Amino acid sequence: MSTDGAGGLAELLDRHEKDLLAAWIDSQLRSVTGRRDLISEAELREQSRQLLRLVRDAAVLGGTEDIQGAQWAPVREMLGAVSASRARLGFTPSETAAFVFSLKEPLFALLRQQLGTDARAIGDETWKATVLVDRLGLYTTEVYQTSREDVIARQHEEMLELSTPVVQLWDSILGLPLIGTLDSARTQVVMESLLQRIVDTGARIAIIDITGVPTVDTLVAQHLLKTVAAARLMGADCIISGIRPQIAQTVVHLGLDLSTVVTKATLADAFAVALQRVGLSVVRSPVPR
Amino acid sequence: MVVTRTEKLPVETSEDIVRVRQVVRAWAVGLGFSLVDQTKIVTAASELARNTVVYGGGGTVELESLGDGKRRGLRLTFGDHGPGIADLEQALKDGFTTGTGLGLGLGGARRLSNEFEIRSQPGAGTTVRIARWT
Amino acid sequence: MERIPILKMGPVLLVSIQVDMHDQLALTLQDDLTARIVKTHARGVLIDISSLEVVDSFIGRTLGNMAAMSKVLDAETVVVGMRPAVAITLVELGMSLSGVRTALNVERAMEMLQVATADGHATAGEGPDGRHPD
Repeated sequence: MSTDGAGGLAELLDRHEKDLLAAWIDSQLRSVTGRRDLISEAELREQSRQLLRLVRDAAVLGGTEDIQGAQWAPVREMLGAVSASRARLGFTPSETAAFVFSLKEPLFALLRQQLGTDARAIGDETWKATVLVDRLGLYTTEVYQTSREDVIARQHEEMLELSTPVVQLWDSILGLPLIGTLDSARTQVVMESLLQRIVDTGARIAIIDITGVPTVDTLVAQHLLKTVAAARLMGADCIISGIRPQIAQTVVHLGLDLSTVVTKATLADAFAVALQRVGLSVVRSPVPR
Repeated sequence: MVVTRTEKLPVETSEDIVRVRQVVRAWAVGLGFSLVDQTKIVTAASELARNTVVYGGGGTVELESLGDGKRRGLRLTFGDHGPGIADLEQALKDGFTTGTGLGLGLGGARRLSNEFEIRSQPGAGTTVRIARWT
Repeated sequence: MERIPILKMGPVLLVSIQVDMHDQLALTLQDDLTARIVKTHARGVLIDISSLEVVDSFIGRTLGNMAAMSKVLDAETVVVGMRPAVAITLVELGMSLSGVRTALNVERAMEMLQVATADGHATAGEGPDGRHPD
């Protein structure tokens, strides 16, 4: 049996693909870290079959030294797809990489079996095999990281939109509960949503509640005042509510000028003022039996 | 970054200011800017065009549409050979003015743009460049 | 020369700005408005800017001036129909037009002006007023 260079490993993969596949699937099914709750046996079999086939093809065509080469592109693509889909299913990076690393055990067993008497050959080919599988596993981890980062970025955007809901509290009165920090990007989203709602509902008062805004510094105050000014240009006055005691202190310590805007401690107080402003009042009526 | 299209317009009269607004709007729409972003760059252009006419003694504006693979951008370069600005820092502060205006032009244009660059020397004119990206 | 038309509706003058004004047109409007207020003894002025896609600092100042001049002539002004993108941009530009009363639409503005003109004084109702414009 020839053991020169990559020919040894590649040739083995070529000749014993079927047995190797069977051994690999078997070891995965037996493993406790297989996350069988997240992926079905059928899918596992198919992914293993595909990967092994692609690895064999690449090794035969281009050797096992450089997995970044053109011949390994189909393998990289497949690993990318597996990695992305497993990330979506909820696999941890280790679990996804473990899928690739689990090929080592059956592969080494195959090498021992086939190269039995030649200790040197076993050493060389085992080394090549471990380097190859390590690289493939690491590649899987890298792709996983990138796709997680994409998911996080997208979720961040969605959160930004969801966290600025504008609610209609009553005819002519809008409520805007702000949750989280108010940076300039968020302020843009807030202003656009608020102004659009003012147009849609013809609101005359907007209550901006900052109970959920952790800190109010000079910049946040500027952003709030900008929002108030923009709403006013469209004929709606704003009341800022949810001023916590610490915020009141910060406002004074920083010398922030909120004198152009009506501020109230609670949303309820603000709502009462708003009702008064638009000429409405709440009247007690007998409760129907 | 690639410049995909350019155009140069005169900025000499107050009618030119209106024309600059219209052309910049058309370019911004073509590049797919959101309505708010369109309004911002058109308004910034209006401020700078007015500065060019009123303080710069007239000049030109060059429009460039840019692409960097992912985003599209619109870059405007206003140039004049007017008296120049001696104290740039002061001029960029809001409320500063030497003429009949109220000095919101430069500071405002900067706030409305993603990128802002100004070069000015007394006696050698002024060049202001702004850009907005999708 | 083209002019922005000013319509009289009882004690209220209605100005509807539907074109992208160049500077001279805006200044002419200011003159025409003050002359009309005096001539008709108008008590209220309604400036409809719902067609304006861009309001830069010059137009903004013009609106502020018109409101201030009207007030001196004992007429109350309401600016109507500013578009969201314009409001956001104006604020970013640094103009809040704090001396100018605003309304979302003409109906609302007429309500405000009726309150104003009814009690014989030019000031009434909610909102900031009586302050000088930027």
